[in-house]
Amino acid sequence: MANKYTEDDLREELKTKEYEYGFYTDIESDTFPIGLNENIVRAISKKKDEPQWMTDWRLEAFRAWKEMLEPEWANVQYEKPDFQAIAYYSAPTSVDPNKTLDDVDPDLLAMYKKLGISVDEQKKMNNIAMDIVVDSVSVATTFKKTLGEKGIIFMSISEAIKEHPELVKKYLGTIVPQKDNFYAALNSAVFSDGSFCYIPKGVRCPMELSTYFRINQAGTGQFERTLVIADEGSYVSYLEGCTAPSRDENQLHAAVVELIALDDAEIKYSTVQNWYPGNTEGVGGVYNFVTKRGLCEKNAKISWTQVETGSAITWKYPSCILKGDNSVGEFYSIAVTNNYQQADTGTKMIHLGKNTKSTIISKGISAGKSQNSYRGLVQISSRADNARNFSQCDSLLMGNDCGAHTFPYIEVKNKSAQIEHEATTSKIGEDQIFYCNQRGIDTEKAIALIVNGFSKEVLNKLPMEFAVEARKLLEISLEGSVG
Amino acid sequence: MLKINDLHASVEGKAILRGINFEVNPGEVHAIMGPNGSGKSTLASVIAGKEEYEVVKGEILLEGEDIEELAAEERAHKGVFLSFQYPVEIPGVSVTNFIKTAINETRKAKGLNDMPAKEMLKLIREKSELLEIDRKFLSRSLNEGFSGGEKKRNEIFQMAMLEPKLAILDETDSGLDIDALRIVANGVNKLKSKDNAVIVITHYQRLLDYIVPDFVHVLYNGRIVKSGTKELAHELEEKGYDWIKEEVNA
Repeated sequence: MANKYTEDDLREELKTKEYEYGFYTDIESDTFPIGLNENIVRAISKKKDEPQWMTDWRLEAFRAWKEMLEPEWANVQYEKPDFQAIAYYSAPTSVDPNKTLDDVDPDLLAMYKKLGISVDEQKKMNNIAMDIVVDSVSVATTFKKTLGEKGIIFMSISEAIKEHPELVKKYLGTIVPQKDNFYAALNSAVFSDGSFCYIPKGVRCPMELSTYFRINQAGTGQFERTLVIADEGSYVSYLEGCTAPSRDENQLHAAVVELIALDDAEIKYSTVQNWYPGNTEGVGGVYNFVTKRGLCEKNAKISWTQVETGSAITWKYPSCILKGDNSVGEFYSIAVTNNYQQADTGTKMIHLGKNTKSTIISKGISAGKSQNSYRGLVQISSRADNARNFSQCDSLLMGNDCGAHTFPYIEVKNKSAQIEHEATTSKIGEDQIFYCNQRGIDTEKAIALIVNGFSKEVLNKLPMEFAVEARKLLEISLEGSVG
Repeated sequence: MLKINDLHASVEGKAILRGINFEVNPGEVHAIMGPNGSGKSTLASVIAGKEEYEVVKGEILLEGEDIEELAAEERAHKGVFLSFQYPVEIPGVSVTNFIKTAINETRKAKGLNDMPAKEMLKLIREKSELLEIDRKFLSRSLNEGFSGGEKKRNEIFQMAMLEPKLAILDETDSGLDIDALRIVANGVNKLKSKDNAVIVITHYQRLLDYIVPDFVHVLYNGRIVKSGTKELAHELEEKGYDWIKEEVNA
């Protein structure tokens, strides 16, 4: 058996394959002492030079949070984080408020390069305007000028609080209120940065807007806040990517994203989430507890697309409130879990308006000893005449030690509603692998091919550049997982 | 091309092949016939390198090289092709995407770059015409919802694209109506050359009217019990397999 490369060899080799983005960049940073109290909340607000109304808003959230309990209904098991052992603010010290790209710390730029997102290249090649949030602070926003000519505002939320307080005040917390849930309340109290985007009436944003998040410092949490407002008749496609270094302790990420699509507007929001998933023994990894929700006014459309491959624990339900008549909500998701990862993810489609339509396509891929759950709510209110929903939940299992679960909730209060739900569970078979092998395709490539085929309907919804990255991520996340 | 010496193979400890000997030279067509359970499909799988089958004894030589230790994909890279009796479905992967991947993986194994898109398209057009395959068919998910005839035609299409040295057709005629059978057989005949060889595994003589074999072997109880020319196939068609069984058991 000299040169026979078996699956055992493959698995052995992959055990030593490290999380590709697991580097740590040594940048000087300004980190608050650990722990959380009103003084820390005030200090964050002060550090960011925020107006009094913002400080008060944070404190209100903090007081609510203190009274709240962590949700326990999700199908995930983990040791709860000690919220007093986390530093709630960490900023690279070399950020200058009047920064231009040329002023960005060379180490930071080198880090972006490692991430494959050199700012310069991004500017020139990709036609993507980008905001990069490292730990807690937004570092570089490119393309500001080009967008400015169209009246599009794309900046860090900290800047927006200062420069466009009327917009922030009007919309912040209207979709995800401060007290919405435990993690949303925590985020509202301590959010350190994030992105803000406003598309004026009738404007079609000429490029993909993109934010890249990265947790760098040890023992810090990341709490970014994103607010996207598409004014009447406007269109925007927004991308979000995430990575974190490999660390033995669990890091907390609790973000809030609010989308507002006014009459006839459309927002497409795509996420590729690749936070550190922990090692093969289940040590370390990011706790990803995220609240994402969008509101559709009349004839508006919100489309969530997510590729979730990272994080030790994922708790995330990007949702649509279909308030306006004829509004449309879509949710396209691929969630991959391997080793000891656990994901409980899905969506909520709340139909309030007449003739509202929603589509849910969820693809769960489980490997190793992981658990992957889809949890979704389709709610049709009594006023929502002729509402329609189509849901499809497919699970693909690899090996015998993983789990796939589906928890669909359907609440209908209007007789004219049409709801369809389809679900399948399948397993990658030895026969499929042998068939591919016989055509000259090795096992690793065969799995990638089969998984890509399984996920195709969702991958097709991603913007081009992201789809390529997502495909690569799927391959990396699942290498060596068939036995 | 292919030389099999005293091949014994078993699956889950059960002996299925019990000493197979035969040789296939370039340019030849061999038919392997035999009753159900005689080991025909096992022989095909063992040559192709399916892992569940354990070779207990003997050797399989491809152009003089023992391929027993090679993985299935390495054998494929060396020019072994198996047309499956029951081709599997791969949802979401189009016929085109699949064959493109197969060709480029084979090229990669030989140290070549990916085939340029233009060349690939030309090849696909050429071969799909040869097998009277509709263009729309090429964008469908591999074998998903295919009729029996479409599945087999797709197998031969892949064979045409990959241009193997040794093609093994496992029960390619099963599930085919007479028109599909003719198209598939014509395809195989057009792909035949003095440099490649074909092994046709079949139950019935029917396919051999179209793909005419140089040699016919009868497999029974894991052994080749009789070999002959195409007349042997006719004889089997007329008389069935019982006389062979009697001869062996006598």
